[in-house]
Amino acid sequence: MGIHVIKLPDVGEGVAEAEFVEVHAKVGDEVEPDQNLADVMTDKATVEIPSPRKGKVVWIGPEVGETVAVGSEIIKLEVEGKGNQAEVEAEKAETKPAEHKAPEPEEKPQEREPEAVSTPKPEKDRSVAQEAARAQHTSVPAADRPRARAEGEKPLASPAVRRRAMDRGVKLEQVMGTGPAGRITHDDLDAYIAGDAPARTGGAGAGYAADTSVQEVKVIGLRRKIAEKMAESKRRIPHITYVEEVDVTALEDLRAHMNAAGKAEGKPKLTILPFLMRALVLALKRYPHINARFDDDAGVVQQFGGVHLGIATQTDNGLIVPVIRHAEANDLWRNAEEVLRLSSAAREGTAKRDELSGSTITITSLGPLGGLVTTPVINHPEVAIVGVNKIQTLPRYDAEGRVVPRKLMNLSSGFDHRIVDGWDAAEFVRAIKGYLEHPATMFV
Amino acid sequence: MTEIISTNTLILGGGPGGYVAGIRAGQLGIDTVLVEAGPLGGCCLNVGCIPSKALIHVADEFHRIGGMAAANGEHSVGIKVSAPKIELSKTVDWKDGIVRRLNSGVGGLLKRSKVRVLNGWATMTDGKTAVVKTEEGEVTVKAKTVILANGSVSAGLPGLPFGGDILSSTEALSLDTVPERMAVVGGGYIGMELGMAFAKLGAKVTIVEATGAVLPSYDKDLVKPVLQRAKSLGIDIRLNTLAKGFEKGKLRVETDGKAETVEAEKVLVTVGRKPNTEGWGLEELGLDRDGPFVRIDAQCRTSMTGVYAIGDLTGNPMLAHRAMAQGEMVAEIIAGERREWDKRAIPEVCFTDPEVVQVGLSEAMAKEQGHEVVTGLFPFQANGRAMTMEDESGFVRAIARKDDHLILGLQAVGAAVSELSAQFGTLIEMGARLEDLAGTVHAHPTKSEGVQEAALKALGHALHV
Repeated sequence: MGIHVIKLPDVGEGVAEAEFVEVHAKVGDEVEPDQNLADVMTDKATVEIPSPRKGKVVWIGPEVGETVAVGSEIIKLEVEGKGNQAEVEAEKAETKPAEHKAPEPEEKPQEREPEAVSTPKPEKDRSVAQEAARAQHTSVPAADRPRARAEGEKPLASPAVRRRAMDRGVKLEQVMGTGPAGRITHDDLDAYIAGDAPARTGGAGAGYAADTSVQEVKVIGLRRKIAEKMAESKRRIPHITYVEEVDVTALEDLRAHMNAAGKAEGKPKLTILPFLMRALVLALKRYPHINARFDDDAGVVQQFGGVHLGIATQTDNGLIVPVIRHAEANDLWRNAEEVLRLSSAAREGTAKRDELSGSTITITSLGPLGGLVTTPVINHPEVAIVGVNKIQTLPRYDAEGRVVPRKLMNLSSGFDHRIVDGWDAAEFVRAIKGYLEHPATMFV
Repeated sequence: MTEIISTNTLILGGGPGGYVAGIRAGQLGIDTVLVEAGPLGGCCLNVGCIPSKALIHVADEFHRIGGMAAANGEHSVGIKVSAPKIELSKTVDWKDGIVRRLNSGVGGLLKRSKVRVLNGWATMTDGKTAVVKTEEGEVTVKAKTVILANGSVSAGLPGLPFGGDILSSTEALSLDTVPERMAVVGGGYIGMELGMAFAKLGAKVTIVEATGAVLPSYDKDLVKPVLQRAKSLGIDIRLNTLAKGFEKGKLRVETDGKAETVEAEKVLVTVGRKPNTEGWGLEELGLDRDGPFVRIDAQCRTSMTGVYAIGDLTGNPMLAHRAMAQGEMVAEIIAGERREWDKRAIPEVCFTDPEVVQVGLSEAMAKEQGHEVVTGLFPFQANGRAMTMEDESGFVRAIARKDDHLILGLQAVGAAVSELSAQFGTLIEMGARLEDLAGTVHAHPTKSEGVQEAALKALGHALHV
């Protein structure tokens, strides 16, 4: 029997660390080769950690949500035959007993992980190691977290707590238990009594009850990335939002016609997005400083010739921005195909790294939801973002002063006011509006 | 001229439910009158729990000494004695002495709590009034609140009316000689306890059970060691057998339609107990019923305002400790405290040989309620204390939820395991998990070590099996 140590692999692009976002195995599990043991997430992508060989998981280092350095030991397997590292084997003789107690990464000689980017966090690592050691002692790991009570299930509390609750007129069914197995402690009851007085008098018996539960959700993985990016963007960029109404009646007619024609040829259905992409490409030719990335630390704006269009996409896990490279080189159909392909890749989590980075401007659309106006947050370090709102049929006056139904859509766009003046922003949006309202001009 | 007493609370019945309600009410300063026709302590103290345990103890001792004598000096523990003789009338005197001590004990406790006890038969005339026939004459008691604690009576069989050689447990506990042959009709816990005791005292016992199993409320695994012991005591257990009648020392029985006779000097009928609902005016009160029982809610309130009911009158399990807990609770409710029945488990103990105890859910019940469970079983064969007590039969079993290891049930069968019921109950009421039990140091050498080991087993790392 040997120990096979799995280290966090170098996931490329100079990434020095990755976040441990999900664990698919637990200590004691028998695993097969290529079985996915864990997911780690870098700035851009989620990477699976497959099991290199058959074995039993004996140690899992990082906690979910913890950021680990490339090269650090993350999982250990007990395997048939020898382990994977000569030095590990060599050390095994003296550290084997300790192995089962507390395999502490920080105690291992430095030369054993030469490739590891040094991020010493002894305090944290020790507790993680001890946690793992504890887990090893119990073959059936215990769930210490409070469990939600099933409908009609009696709340778990000692007789003394139950009696106090009765004395105070508290229904224990409404009290959150923080003890083992969700047991309600005296402290839980005190907390409930302290925070609940108005709700009890107001709601008792009426069928309305205050739900005082608070669920703590760890902000990890993609959600943390989104949080960091959004905060970064809002902190650094003075946003200016500009909203303009676009009459898309003609565009919608054209789109309907092209879809009807394209259907016969088996072409993908065109949404409004490929047209907007085309209009954007054309407008950016006139306002190239909006197709840019602003390195404000260095004080340099990179203006790009090519338009790399980020398409903000909602996935089950949160917001992801796949990038269509060189949108200026694509016709409508190609744009449509790319949007379809990349958005589904993003949703399925199969988007490649370079498909998720390097955008120069971003489009955000809530699809049919749309809303009237949005205040989109710029995808830092870009300098502009164009938001698409919903299309509505609304009354407007035509040239003769008659009220006619028109299909109208708002564009809500955000600009980095340090780089883009209000005037330019308005001109830029007006250019897009021009193309969209007179779609033929996009193709001449 | 009838005396009229006005009181806050009137309690009907001085059994475990009634007298505990009385003591607690007195402690809480409630003016209370308790009416009891017989001696204080009810069936439990006078003709049930206590007397039967006395008889079982004597039977155990007699049988043990008999075993040593029969081995004629070759007994493995090295004690040499001659064959013992039993003088059952002396046993009964000794038992009666214990009962009398307890009777007066209960009386003293009630007196100390300033509860007025009326010795007589009470009949409710309405929800607030009872007429009590005492030796001194009729007394009318008017109360704001009434606690009905009238208990239960032995159920009989139509073909076997009590009287003469057909005994209820009450008479069986006061026999002055051990019958040569005894038939026990009904293999519930009373029948099994007394049947085994009489077998140990030398009677040839036949147990006649109408269903397919004895001790039907207990898990099969728990009953198995009891059946083995019954067999070694020469008890003839006849399952699926109906008792039809008794004439001239012969009990007529029918097994699967086939008629037979069982020779028996005495027939003990233990086919269960039924709530005592007749002869004291319950019919006139018109309370809602729950089958044969008086219907109560979580605060032991009946359908009539100000009338509470506790104990065997109110449902299963008909056990003294349930009645006591209800009595205590009701007294507190009457005193104005907010209480409701919140007990997680009522321990059930069977004083057979070996003893059986179960608290909480069995594995089957837990699964029925939708729990995914883990169980751990520790046999007393691996327990040092059991070996030194010459009885290694039985085991301890723990049943817990699989996800959070909350202990749902604890069971044991073995010599003297009834005392484990306290630990079982505490663990369940406290909401303990397997880890709590496994992490508690249990004294060595005791049988209780088996409890810790059962938890360790369920966790997958038992130390001694």
